[in-house]
Amino acid sequence: MSQQDKVRPGKVQLTRDDFTSKSEPRWCPGCGDYAILAQMKKILPDMGIPRENIIFVSGIGCSSRFPYYMNTYGVHSIHGRAPTIATGIKLANPDLKVFVITGDGDGLSIGGNHFIHLCRRNVDITVILFNNRIYGLTKGQYSPTSLKGQITKSSPYGSLENPFNPILMALASGATFVARTIDRNPKHMIEVFKRAAMHKGTAFVEVYQNCVIFNDGAFADLTKPDTKSERALYMEQGKPYVFGNNRDKSLRWSSNHFEVVPYDENNPDKELMVHDEHSLNPTLEFGLASLSDDPNFPTPLGIFRDVAVDTYEGLLLKQIEFVKQKKGEGDLEKLFHSGNTFYIENK
Amino acid sequence: MEKKESKTLERVTIRFAGDSGDGMQLTGMRFTNTTALEGHELVTLPDYPAEIRAPAGTLFGVSGFQIQISSSEIHTPGDQPDVLVAMNPAALKVNLKLVSDNGILIINSDAFQGRNLALAGYETNPLEDDSLKRYQVFAVPITTLTRRALEGVKLSVKEKDRSKNFFALGMTFWLFTHPLEPTIEWIKEKFKNRPELVEANIKALNAGYNYALSTELFSTTYRVDKAKKAPGKYRNVTGNEALSIGFITAAKKAHKELFLGSYPITPASEILHELSKYRNYDVKTFQAEDEIAGIGAAIGASYAGALGITTTSGPGVALKSEFLGFAVMAELPLVVTNVQRGGPSTGLPTKTEQADLLQALYGRNGEAPMPIIAAKSPADCFSAALEASKIALMFSTPVFLLTDGYIANGSEPWLIPDVDSIPEIEVHYATDPDTFMPYKRDPKTLARMIALPGTPGFEHHIGGLEKDDTGDVAYDPDNHDRMVRLRAEKIERINQYVDQPEINGDPEGELLLISWGSTYGTVFTAIEEIRKRGKKVSWYHLRWIYPFPLSLEKYIHNFKNVLVPEINLGQLVKVIRDRYLVDAKGFNRVRGLPLNTHELVEAIENILQK
Ligand code: SF4
Repeated sequence: MSQQDKVRPGKVQLTRDDFTSKSEPRWCPGCGDYAILAQMKKILPDMGIPRENIIFVSGIGCSSRFPYYMNTYGVHSIHGRAPTIATGIKLANPDLKVFVITGDGDGLSIGGNHFIHLCRRNVDITVILFNNRIYGLTKGQYSPTSLKGQITKSSPYGSLENPFNPILMALASGATFVARTIDRNPKHMIEVFKRAAMHKGTAFVEVYQNCVIFNDGAFADLTKPDTKSERALYMEQGKPYVFGNNRDKSLRWSSNHFEVVPYDENNPDKELMVHDEHSLNPTLEFGLASLSDDPNFPTPLGIFRDVAVDTYEGLLLKQIEFVKQKKGEGDLEKLFHSGNTFYIENK
Repeated sequence: MEKKESKTLERVTIRFAGDSGDGMQLTGMRFTNTTALEGHELVTLPDYPAEIRAPAGTLFGVSGFQIQISSSEIHTPGDQPDVLVAMNPAALKVNLKLVSDNGILIINSDAFQGRNLALAGYETNPLEDDSLKRYQVFAVPITTLTRRALEGVKLSVKEKDRSKNFFALGMTFWLFTHPLEPTIEWIKEKFKNRPELVEANIKALNAGYNYALSTELFSTTYRVDKAKKAPGKYRNVTGNEALSIGFITAAKKAHKELFLGSYPITPASEILHELSKYRNYDVKTFQAEDEIAGIGAAIGASYAGALGITTTSGPGVALKSEFLGFAVMAELPLVVTNVQRGGPSTGLPTKTEQADLLQALYGRNGEAPMPIIAAKSPADCFSAALEASKIALMFSTPVFLLTDGYIANGSEPWLIPDVDSIPEIEVHYATDPDTFMPYKRDPKTLARMIALPGTPGFEHHIGGLEKDDTGDVAYDPDNHDRMVRLRAEKIERINQYVDQPEINGDPEGELLLISWGSTYGTVFTAIEEIRKRGKKVSWYHLRWIYPFPLSLEKYIHNFKNVLVPEINLGQLVKVIRDRYLVDAKGFNRVRGLPLNTHELVEAIENILQK
């Protein structure tokens, strides 16, 4: 009998503390990872998922120690490979709620191949990528999201490489839920996490995460009181893209690019485009994602995309049912005796 | 005209050879099928080029299929073909050196002209000079005769020419007094959507048979008596098929779903193809984005409660090795099948070799012991898969299962076991959440406690970092030393739960042969030959290579000579020398082919004569 057959009635209402493990987090004081851990613990009690059905799978890096700090099932695997283990877990037992915790180096460099294929297959897994634009655990080398020219231990004269835009990668790879949030805005993170965790299919969340030790302030513009309104754009479903110190700017699509246009809250332009996460055509989402880090535009935060598409494991289960109906339940006797058989008689 | 006679042979080896587009694998398989139905012992060896469609007529585009049939026990596809069917000059050129003296050559004479001769490197037509006088040559215009037989069939000439392999098959069926019906039935089923192909192929088959009959082409026909095998129902299986059936059986017997994570690679892909058919057996196959993802997904599935397996060949194992170490560390059940091929690097993808043994033993960072089991023949892949799965689940460990290109693609009859006689595989889970610790061990097997995700009260963490018994990360030096030893000791204890090989022959003497894996057949045949000559030799064949069986200890020091035949430069022999400090010698050929029985017999004679 498998263990799942003997389910005990779980506690009715879980709390944040139910998700806190015995292990003391070992991140540097002030690291953005703490905020992410805290928000995750906040959303889980209300998700209605029994604790024993939740699994965190990670690779290697500062972020990947996350599973140890959650009082759930957890696998701290090897560098870059968390999506592969997570896929196996989900396919073997689709009842489990599977999270992948990864970073910019783990998820996009050594694990880049697995990341894009996970998105493409739309396995029902929630991926949280902590993007701090640096290798922290190995003590400060440039990562695939480090900016060109960034000075790091392995690029003392400036990085020569063009960075990946993780949102563009996820969109291009076919992720059905794509969002971005930031460590210093816990409220926003909670909303994004909740939506991501509830999504059926591969949900990708990029979290801008500050590494106080090796890349401090990388995203400060987006949260500092004096710059955040101009530099960050919080996308909201069905609403125009409004930003600016006086909420007086918006975005418009003009033939083949975005442009900034004035916005008057009291008299909004009826023609102004509004955000549609559910659009099946990702053209505008690509456009929006491309604005990140552009000095002439704000960096979008929030949900880029949220569309309903069949999950891989759903299709697999359907196929199994279909074949069972067509060929009958598998029977070893039949299996052994199929193919090229013959008798040798007793002489 | 000579009087026709019928001769009964104990065993005979036939080789079909032609262009890779000539359908020689199919022809060989059909011949095999009928042979099996006739109740003969048989062993086959497909031998085909790595290129999917090599340029027609070239030497490297030659595809061959060899089968030995016998009325007594055999274990090899035969060293030397007694009959060679050569569809073109290149096929003759490549294979002639293998054919026994006075062997039969059935040759498509239509192909022996102009460009084809030049492509094969013949300056003169071998059918016209006396270079073939050591053989019985039957030059038949197969192409012309096939076209003639298919007059009136609505196919282009090019399409008609594709039926010529059936013409050749028809001739060989006559030569060996084999019936046509099974092949006719097969053709009807296979081409049921193309009635014109059914007609063409059946006509060509009949035409070949009738041609041999009515022209009295061959002065003799041959019979091989039914084999004196254990009575029962048999199924002809390739190693890859038997392996697939073995894994499905193991999963059913363990009441688990089977999960295969795999990436296509020659010569292991057939296992992926085969298992993908069995969705109704709760087999979940996952074609991953790369070798690493294949094993990663299998490990994930195993952790979540399935029987997780991955299948590959040497280059794939190289990519998977970091995950192998992870599975050793996390102590999760997993079976990794390596269908070995010629290496290193891409090497010889379609050829066979045993050169990945040291990779399986040592190819990981750190002290990362993994049990290794090797199948000895195509049918044996069934029980090897079953046993590997059982040990993986019982000891919560990744297990290497080694086969190779030869037994993966080769076939032999498998005595179909009674399903109920196969014991259940018991899997133990932690039952008490209060005392549960993920690295607490079963005192007998030392297997760690397993709790599946989804079980309330057993939430825990596993990972690649060193842990203490509680599952917490631990950097303590003594703990690490203890865990390293425990993981090694756990694998050693497998010896108490698997059969120890017994020695074949006297427990002491002049010469002991030690072998593993697919060389079983060659060694069996060589020893049979030596003993027929009235000489003595003993033999020890390993099934589990790690943990190394204990029973060898009893014998190995009782022999003057120890010889280890392998298709590599000497890998098991290193292990044996290391373990026992004996001066074991290797018999090594690395030609991408099974060992040659005659050569091995000679090597044994040389030692015995010393
Ligand atoms: S090195 Fe950076 S990312 Fe890593 S724990 Fe310290 S602050 Fe956080």
